Amino acid sequence: MARPKKLRKITNPPKIKGFTPIRPLAGKEASPVLLDYDEYEALRLSDYELKSQSESAVEMGVSRPTFARIYESARRKVAKSFTEGLPIIFQGGPVYFNSDWYFCKDCRCWFNHLNKVDPVIICPLCRSSNTEQSDAGNETKQ
Amino acid sequence: MKIAITSTGNTPQATLDSRFGRCSYFVIYDTESGSTEFIPNPNKQAMEGAGPASIQLVASKGVEKVVSGEFGAKVKAIFDSLKIQLVIVKDCSMTINRIIEMVSKQ
Repeated sequence: MARPKKLRKITNPPKIKGFTPIRPLAGKEASPVLLDYDEYEALRLSDYELKSQSESAVEMGVSRPTFARIYESARRKVAKSFTEGLPIIFQGGPVYFNSDWYFCKDCRCWFNHLNKVDPVIICPLCRSSNTEQSDAGNETKQ
Repeated sequence: MKIAITSTGNTPQATLDSRFGRCSYFVIYDTESGSTEFIPNPNKQAMEGAGPASIQLVASKGVEKVVSGEFGAKVKAIFDSLKIQLVIVKDCSMTINRIIEMVSKQ
């Protein structure tokens, strides 16, 4: 029996469910490309945040060679979708979600923020922007 | 947007409950209509799994934020995958009224 896959950490789940082609070819909607969340995250870390493979691998909690395999699979799926005109759907994969804790200095509360792509961090309670990322909070809450 | 707040009682004068899974009541506050709903927590006496069971309860109400004094070890990953934001308020003497006031002035 194959060894179970290690769970990959996703800090930034996609905001949309996927993509559909403009003026799709008839009969192609039925077979979308299924892009796993870990593949999406690999593509985002490498080609959007422009991180090195080693840095990205640490962020997702996998080894560098594993990261390379996930990234390669992601690239191939995107290429397949583009050339064959198939829709892409983000779904599944051996993943878990994790977010960072932030601390609001005005109302002294902690809150988490899932989507790091939105950099403006405002306190959900008092709307103050006087917040900071809190590593200490991260440890005590886990 | 709906916000869940953990409460020690079923009146707006009650204070914030310091626990999430085994709090006495959940307050579901709707920022659009301004309505509040008090739900007794059926998992208060649960031996274990109170957190995940409570998540199901609040998620079924369609909340996007949860305010409590503390969250247990099991719940954060589930909330993250449901894209529900957590807010931890350490000052548990705050009343439900005060919290609703703070979140509704946005």
